[in-house]
Amino acid sequence: MRHTISVLVENKFGVLSRISGLFSGRGYNIESLSVGETIDPQVSIMTIVTTGDDLVIEQITKQLNKLIDVIKVTDMKELDHVEREMVLLKVVPKPDDRTEVLNLAEIFRGRIVDSSPKTYTIEITGDEKKIEAFVELMKPMGIKEFVRTGKVAIAREGTKKKQI
Amino acid sequence: MKLSGAEILIESLKREGVKYIFGYPGGVVLNIFDSLYDEKDIKLILTRHEQGAIHAADGYARASGKVGIGLVTSGPGATNTVTGIATASMDSIPIVVFSGQVPTMLIGNDAFQEADIVGITRPCTKYNFLVKDVKDLSRIVREAFYIASSGRPGPVLIDLPKDVTAGRADFVWPEIDIRSYKPTYEGNKWMIAQAAHLIAKAKKPLIVAGGGVISSGAAKELRELAEHANVPVTMTLMGLGGFPGSHKLSLGMLGMHGTYYANKAVQDSDLLFAIGMRFDDRVTGKVDAFAPHAKIIHLDIDPTSIKKNVRVDVPIVGDVKKVLTVMNKVLKEEVKEQWDEVRRAWLRQIDAWKAERPMTYTYSDEIIKPQFVVEKIYELTKGDAIIATEVGQNQMWAAQFFKYDKPRRWLSSGGLGTMGYGFPAAIGAQFAHPDKLVIDIAGDGSIQMNIQELATAVINKLPVKVAILNNRYLGMVRQWQELFFNERYSHTKLDDTVPDFVKIAEAYGAVGLRATKPAEVEPVLREAFKIKRTVFMDFVVDWKEKVYPMVPAGAAIDQMLFEEIEKKTEKKLRAVK
Repeated sequence: MRHTISVLVENKFGVLSRISGLFSGRGYNIESLSVGETIDPQVSIMTIVTTGDDLVIEQITKQLNKLIDVIKVTDMKELDHVEREMVLLKVVPKPDDRTEVLNLAEIFRGRIVDSSPKTYTIEITGDEKKIEAFVELMKPMGIKEFVRTGKVAIAREGTKKKQI
Repeated sequence: MKLSGAEILIESLKREGVKYIFGYPGGVVLNIFDSLYDEKDIKLILTRHEQGAIHAADGYARASGKVGIGLVTSGPGATNTVTGIATASMDSIPIVVFSGQVPTMLIGNDAFQEADIVGITRPCTKYNFLVKDVKDLSRIVREAFYIASSGRPGPVLIDLPKDVTAGRADFVWPEIDIRSYKPTYEGNKWMIAQAAHLIAKAKKPLIVAGGGVISSGAAKELRELAEHANVPVTMTLMGLGGFPGSHKLSLGMLGMHGTYYANKAVQDSDLLFAIGMRFDDRVTGKVDAFAPHAKIIHLDIDPTSIKKNVRVDVPIVGDVKKVLTVMNKVLKEEVKEQWDEVRRAWLRQIDAWKAERPMTYTYSDEIIKPQFVVEKIYELTKGDAIIATEVGQNQMWAAQFFKYDKPRRWLSSGGLGTMGYGFPAAIGAQFAHPDKLVIDIAGDGSIQMNIQELATAVINKLPVKVAILNNRYLGMVRQWQELFFNERYSHTKLDDTVPDFVKIAEAYGAVGLRATKPAEVEPVLREAFKIKRTVFMDFVVDWKEKVYPMVPAGAAIDQMLFEEIEKKTEKKLRAVK
């Protein structure tokens, strides 16, 4: 099962390596990880996408909580939440396909952030399904470069923990 | 008035009540050692290797219940502490290790004697710090002691760049509050009540006590619970002494080299109450086949210990002492007479197992059996001694044939299994208890891993005793080779390369004694206990002897191997009372 885990941490040096060391040392998998400061510059938030059965996920959240620098751990699976990821891709379509790329980007509410005679660089934001669908459509067009931020997630206001 | 970083460090240590630092000097810690030169209240104990220093701090902590302190230089000094820190980490022992570091300006430059010790020790400390500003030093020391000794205890390392110890600042002693670290001490009341209910109802209950009983100081509460509810108790290696080994409800140790009756009881029980233990693989054997009929109550201060290896029916996160105190109150309200009736058959069954296969070995008049030495030590000391061990057969025999009636008298590297631990740990324990008899039960392999600490023991006039069970082999590994590798003794035979331990002891200024025949064992022990100096006792023992019972790796814990006894030797069997 894939889980998105949100980890509030003290913004100290070495904290990222404590978290990543925990995952590597105990053989847990990280699919994606994104980190950034919160409004309070002393606190950072990490969004980690990981996989495992219920027992593994329980261990991961407990082990994260046990780290001295971790303030709060939330398994987003237990909450109604919004997940987003941003992808930048550089495509090299054949001259005949250039319009199609623009059309598709518009349908998916992507933005062209750079263009050259041979390439377009497209910014697209969304949940996993949307991004996957868009990437599949772009593949035949010729993807030259591809970067993604990893997921970030936030709980919807007023939702309570689901009973699992 | 402004103090130097080194002076701030020492003042902070005083406020934490530190009496001894186990350490070794070097370039970047010169400021600290210079400040220690005139120091009256804190004594630096110079070991002969940094690993020895950390094990000594660990032994001091285990024997006293206080935080043990190590102080070493940067680079190799710091990396030499890693085994000691990992040992303390696996066994949840509170120590604080101070390592020197190159000046902040040079960090990351591959400077002379630079090592990223904060990075290296990150996975084997509870927490670690790099002090970047002398103004933070006293607060960090205070946080380190708090983190090391609270919750589930563990080692903390503080890395001290040279310019920080030389820099100057006003001394402050701030109150600390770590918002992201709040251990849970009080157990959930509802869970405790549920657990008490299960205990009251159980027909075949069993308590498995671990090291948490000792670190929490809950031996009294555990005994009260066991006696009141009439529940037998088995202990993990780390839990020895948490419940009196000579008590009629004690089943001794469980697990790979546990007693027959403890392992049988686990497998047959209908309720297992695990207290302050973490279901290590040496305890459970094959996890799927562990305690198949039992409901499991698991009490531990560390939530990650619960449901990590085995299923749990009633989890309780909390401090063992606090939770047992509440539970005892709840249980006192129940009718005791009923349980005694319900439990009678169970206790009778356990007695039958005890009679069926007691802890035994085959005695010989010609050759010293290692178990005989341990048995004699127990007999002569009447159990009133602090026993440290190395790792391997010596450790298991010391666990099996010596009964620990009180906590903090058993010092052994359980989790990491560190050879070379026992001797420096015994040294640390002797500093904590100068008047107590401290004995390291060692093997000829293990003792050579920190034998240089003889100098530390002799120079400090420590009456530490070392009983070497000398079988000229790396015995435990040899045992596995005999049983599982067709007696192919690959690199375990030390034989003629084992040094003359009597001469080594004498060369360092200690006393060396030797016994080669069973009749010499008692006189050697008696003489050693009489001498108020460091003594090495070289017991030349039967190399063929193996540790039994034994659960092969990966088997269920009731699938034990036993010593094969031929009819003719049966009369020589000695049962340990």
